Amino acid sequence: MPSDTAADAPVTTEELTGFLRDMLLIRRFEEKAGQLYGMGLIGGFCHLYIGQEAVVTGLSAAARPLDRSITSYRSHGHLLACGVPPAAIMAELTGRASGLSGGKGGSMHMAAPERGFFGGHAIVGAQVPIGAGLAFADRYAGEDRVSFVYYGDGAAQQGQIAETYALAQMWNLPMVFVIENNRTASPGSPKQVELTALAAAHGIASEVVDGMDVLAVRQAGRRAAQRCRAGRGPALLEMRTHRYRGHSLADPAGQHSRDDTRRIRAERDPVEHVRRRLRDRGTGEDTLKRIDDAVREEIAEAARLARDAPEPRDDSLFDHLAMVQE
Amino acid sequence: MSVAAKTGAGLVQITVPDLPGGAAEAVLERWHVGPGDQVTPEDVVAEVTVGRIRIEIEAGHSGLVEHLLAQAKGAVIAPGAPIAVIAARGEPDARREMSPLRAAAAPCPDLAEPPRPFRSPAAGAAPPPEPDETARVSMRDALRGALVAEMRADDSVLVLGENAAEQGGAYKVLQGLADMFGPRRVVDTPRLLQGVAGLAIGAAFAGLRPVVELRSFSLALQMIEQIVHSAAKTHYVTAGALHCPVVFRGPTGLAARSGAQHSQDVAALFARIPGLSVVQPSDAGDAGGLLRAAIRAPGPVIFLEHELLYGSDAPAPAQDAPLPRIGAARLLREGKDVTIAAIGLGVRHALDAAHALEADGISAEVIDLRSLRPLDSASVIQSVRKTGRCVTVEEGNPVGSIGDHLAGILMREAFDWLDAPVISCTNADVPMPYAANLEQLAQVGVTDVIAAARAVAYR
Ligand SMILES: Cc1ncc(C[n+]2csc(CCOP(=O)(O)OP(=O)(O)O)c2C)c(N)n1
Ligand SMILES: [Mg+2]
Repeated sequence: MPSDTAADAPVTTEELTGFLRDMLLIRRFEEKAGQLYGMGLIGGFCHLYIGQEAVVTGLSAAARPLDRSITSYRSHGHLLACGVPPAAIMAELTGRASGLSGGKGGSMHMAAPERGFFGGHAIVGAQVPIGAGLAFADRYAGEDRVSFVYYGDGAAQQGQIAETYALAQMWNLPMVFVIENNRTASPGSPKQVELTALAAAHGIASEVVDGMDVLAVRQAGRRAAQRCRAGRGPALLEMRTHRYRGHSLADPAGQHSRDDTRRIRAERDPVEHVRRRLRDRGTGEDTLKRIDDAVREEIAEAARLARDAPEPRDDSLFDHLAMVQE
Repeated sequence: MSVAAKTGAGLVQITVPDLPGGAAEAVLERWHVGPGDQVTPEDVVAEVTVGRIRIEIEAGHSGLVEHLLAQAKGAVIAPGAPIAVIAARGEPDARREMSPLRAAAAPCPDLAEPPRPFRSPAAGAAPPPEPDETARVSMRDALRGALVAEMRADDSVLVLGENAAEQGGAYKVLQGLADMFGPRRVVDTPRLLQGVAGLAIGAAFAGLRPVVELRSFSLALQMIEQIVHSAAKTHYVTAGALHCPVVFRGPTGLAARSGAQHSQDVAALFARIPGLSVVQPSDAGDAGGLLRAAIRAPGPVIFLEHELLYGSDAPAPAQDAPLPRIGAARLLREGKDVTIAAIGLGVRHALDAAHALEADGISAEVIDLRSLRPLDSASVIQSVRKTGRCVTVEEGNPVGSIGDHLAGILMREAFDWLDAPVISCTNADVPMPYAANLEQLAQVGVTDVIAAARAVAYR
């Protein structure tokens, strides 16, 4: 099934170490968010990315610094991958003034355009035509940028996404459609069809990728981005991945069976995969532990800050609404 | 449809027939004949459009086409205007003769009967100077001029729409823009409205200033999820990280005889959404400046136009006139007995009503709200403190209307000044019916406004 294997992707030990750290940062962040949610410090929706870390980590490694990305409500991993400090994200989850959106957005509404990340969109599929707009703007301005546009298997059959395939192909937009296919969508996936075929119907080239293997993801991402940069139009990557947790912390449905997840976790966990490769290259346990400890510490500190930060001031209620004259 | 006017010496003019909905003008789409062609009465000589309606003009006579009068595709022509001359043979078709003949009029564009100009806003005591009647501008040209000016000034401004480049858009507002700016900046879009809306919003997030033309705001209902969630709210929920300077513009309100799914007013629907600005010019003099202000606004703007006003004209504002501030109403006529606060086409009804009421000794003050979000309730309150009475006029349905919203504000903030309950004149609470009589019953009109003004004045 996956069209690429890690074997043909050359990678340095330094890069592998970076991948391990980046993926651990996402995992530990999400675990901590789960704890804070359980303690009642985070409310409402909180969609965890655990299990899918290799997708955004590998594609971020394939992207150039000025490239853009956009995703759905399941956005913490994407924010971390583009370098937003965990404390700013965690404080947003707890609804504090120091949160990335000043406490106005919550889990699903955060953006860091200065880092190329355009949100954080809560309505299934809405980010996809918006992502095409990012690519449109770059084509308009003659910028050599690629936009990575992420969405789930539950969104992939939407009408607005078919419309976006048509527009992207028609205007030759430099964008990579990234389906994070975790084969589950609360409250239930539409009957699975061949998702790449939907894009192929619009003439969009696609690849199915092992989304649990960060190197395979990076390789596929490079190929897709290269295609865009060469002016050959949009590309689609279907990432076969696995979400370990339920749809959201409030809605544990849309989850794979415990046995399934246990088996996949044991055999194909993306973080373990990189750790194993590092071990194979002779990286010692103490080095691996140091990485893990540093990440845990960073996340613990983020959680502490997010807990202690003040709530937004009452008079911030009407901020960021003056859309007429500045 | 055809009207043939005899010109003597066997020459017959083919003229534009009366247009659907009493439209003041049509746009020439294409010729089916050229000079020297033989035609019979049923032959179609040209196609014109009125809004979305395509009309074929038949020769009405047999004969030889002498010459074409309105040459260019895209030319704007009025009912009665001659468009071609044929050297007639035989008798004209009797059926055609039943259409009212019109005297051959001068060729367009002078043909369009100039509508009564709105009075200029009364600024303080000094009456404004009489506008220069020679310098007039149509709503269509004012909008086009605004686009040209902003596109010249700022490369990030671009236009997207169905047939934007190909045909100058549904109402020819974009006519000629493609020649001036090319396909990069005047972009034909397919009818993929959710996709195009999201794309324009994303382009705005990335720094462009897209102006999306809709052939009707009814179609915006296929875009509304993106407009409400992505355009309106993202700036707020990201604490200002993302900006969305996009304009969605096109006609709202009555689309004559088009039925419930094309003919409706969406002003109040969008005006409910925090994060949007919603504006609607009521005359050609204000339209250009308002559109320029909308394009320059840092956030998303719903810019509502009216099919029946595209051909209307008004004194052209001075080149260096300051741009209007979005969120400021306009005082169009001073009065002391009743305030009429109106929107879009309703402003015409308000002015006509004010004129009629004058004869009854009721002095009406007319305010063009023009910005529905933000709503300049302060100006209305100020006026009501003087008049003690208020009537509102809009085309939307009554539930959740702008008028009722304003009435609520007046009740809370000007209660002591009110001498009568506020009356909101709106369309009837029905989907717009098709039949001409029912359509007229459903549509708010000048008689409603007059009746409401008399009621609040207890006369
Ligand atoms: C239009 C819309 N319908 C329903 C929802 C509720 N909802 C949120 S996520 C989701 C499932 C989406 O699944 P998928 O696209 O596969 O993404 P995943 O959650 O697996 O990452 C649903 C139904 C929504 N936010 N938007
Ligand atoms: Mg899914």
